Amino acid sequence: MPQSLLVIGASSDIGRAAALKFAASGWSLMLAGRDEAGLQREAADIAARHGAAVTTHVLDILATPDFNSFLNSLPALPDAAVSVVGLLGDVAVSAVDASDASTMMRSNFEGPAILLGELGERMRLRGSGTLIGVSSVAGDRGRGSNYVYGSAKAGFTAFLSGLRNRLAKHGVRVVTLKPGFVRTRMTAGMKLPPIVTAEAQEVGNAIYEAAMGQGADSRYVRAVWWPIMTIIKSIPEPIFKRLSL
Amino acid sequence: MIELLSGWGRFPRMPSDALRPAQPRAVAPLLRRPGQIIARGSARAYGDAAIGLDTSVHTASLDHLIAFDRATGRLRAEAGLRLIDLIPLVLPHGWFPPVVPGTRYPSLGGMIAADVHGKNHHLDGGFGAHIEALTLLTASGEVVEVTPTSDPDLFRATVGGMGLTGIILDCTLRLKKVETGLIRQTTMVANNLLEAVAILIAADQAPYSVAWIDCSATGATMGRSLVFLGEHATADQAGDRAAASLTPSSKPPKALPIDAPGFALNRFSIKAFNRLYFSRGVKKAEQPVLVDHIPYFFPLDVIADWNRIYGARGFVQHQCVLPPETAADALHAMMKEITARGLASPLAVLKKLGPGTGMLSFPMPGYTLALDFAVRDDLFPFLARLDAIVAEAKGRLYLAKDSCQPRALFQAGYPELEAFRAVRRRIDPTQKFASHQSRRLGL
Repeated sequence: MPQSLLVIGASSDIGRAAALKFAASGWSLMLAGRDEAGLQREAADIAARHGAAVTTHVLDILATPDFNSFLNSLPALPDAAVSVVGLLGDVAVSAVDASDASTMMRSNFEGPAILLGELGERMRLRGSGTLIGVSSVAGDRGRGSNYVYGSAKAGFTAFLSGLRNRLAKHGVRVVTLKPGFVRTRMTAGMKLPPIVTAEAQEVGNAIYEAAMGQGADSRYVRAVWWPIMTIIKSIPEPIFKRLSL
Repeated sequence: MIELLSGWGRFPRMPSDALRPAQPRAVAPLLRRPGQIIARGSARAYGDAAIGLDTSVHTASLDHLIAFDRATGRLRAEAGLRLIDLIPLVLPHGWFPPVVPGTRYPSLGGMIAADVHGKNHHLDGGFGAHIEALTLLTASGEVVEVTPTSDPDLFRATVGGMGLTGIILDCTLRLKKVETGLIRQTTMVANNLLEAVAILIAADQAPYSVAWIDCSATGATMGRSLVFLGEHATADQAGDRAAASLTPSSKPPKALPIDAPGFALNRFSIKAFNRLYFSRGVKKAEQPVLVDHIPYFFPLDVIADWNRIYGARGFVQHQCVLPPETAADALHAMMKEITARGLASPLAVLKKLGPGTGMLSFPMPGYTLALDFAVRDDLFPFLARLDAIVAEAKGRLYLAKDSCQPRALFQAGYPELEAFRAVRRRIDPTQKFASHQSRRLGL
């Protein structure tokens, strides 16, 4: 029987890359996101490329009270679900604008965490499933350049860790992926260091491997980030605060 | 963001505000910006055709399929989709693009705007001849579906129109049915230029044909060539290679058509390469061989960024088409200029063309010669001599390759220019769409 994947944030480059990878491997797809026309564009593309069964589902990641009815509206509880939701704001704005900071925190942490939590609960009752959260290296340590985003991702990483710990005994796997820099249309034209910059397709492939039970429960998409973040995490705070990172 | 943009030839380089809309409906709002604008697909036009005077709209993210009927081979896709992404999607189902140029990197929109031709132009016409419909964002902000019958003038101005009628958002094309991903190739040897032309005429019924000229040969053997004829191999011909050939591996092909030369491009290395390539071709001549479609159609794609081999100043491709009446004399005169210069190009290609589709389509019945030259101070006087031969022969240059042709040559070479201008006045009276090329040529 074909397996099904729910993509939360399906209109993003990483969401698209993941969806195409799963569709090419015979999975059926449920695409969730805010923009209905954008979702339908992705659905048509995936269906035309791979002949996959694709459905679209409008979802506002900030509308947490609607999550239950959103999940009830899906054709079935998916075999796997991935959240690629991310809002990379400007720290200069969120440092002084409370509503911007709140949107950042809710988009990167509250919404994705609660939704994956509700999915996890349903998968626990079923006794099977995989949940994949795309978090960020920015959550490994708060930095002056992006601590609002980073703190929300830190919360998301911790939430996934706890969810994994609780659901592991019930046949549900929870995976945390931290991509580092990713070349997407949002970063097109920017000069990103090539060694630490993943293509969207690499992240999509990592999501697929996670759903196939491969790889560590929590990992960087590019292994080169492990030594980098190990060093960044180990710098003593008195020194770290003087760095401009 | 203002970026310094260039085409595949890396000459010239011009600043332009580069925008990257994420989806088709994000394109129309960009027209409200002040200044003149042009679409930029894969930036594979060689010169300044895809550099907007003020703004350039990259269509790379407009790469979605809209519909693909695997039974009929009708495909609708957004204009930024590239051939290199399209072929692996359709070939496993027994379909192939109806026309492919010498590289897999161009976008669908770019191939329409330049009405690109392939090795089958003498039989099948250009890319535009296989377009059933296209969706065009015009200067007024309207999105119109244009077909060959809905508005024939606008269709014929858009096919080959270098993006000057608007931004192509998507298109519907008819694919060609194939049984395998292999080409049955036969190499013919021509001992001079006239023989090459004679072989191309005699091989008129071969689905694909192109001649590669050994520019190192002079005197009686000037213009000696290898003529590559090809046809899609049937499943029977391909035997046990048939099935695997439909799912091309993502790895670069192993059997390169040429050994990538050590590119220190000087007159000695180019000569050596030309001679070696020619003598290898002679050894394999006249025996049909099965080759993968990638080395047959896209030999240069196997060398990533080969445009860099011409050095930091970039290069110019001079591609002309000459009518049959004048072609023999003009080709002879051009080959004399090229061999006298001594600095040949490893890429000198001769091909027979049929009639074009669009008002500014490059092809017309006759022979096209394409040559690459590194930019040097003495290049431009030399190109002026080639241009004079083309003008005298009533030929014309390919806008997709052009970066420096004189206005007079362009205006004399394109007899439907006034008809094109009339369509442009109707559809874009304020010339919202303009490139550095269109300004340079007074289009």
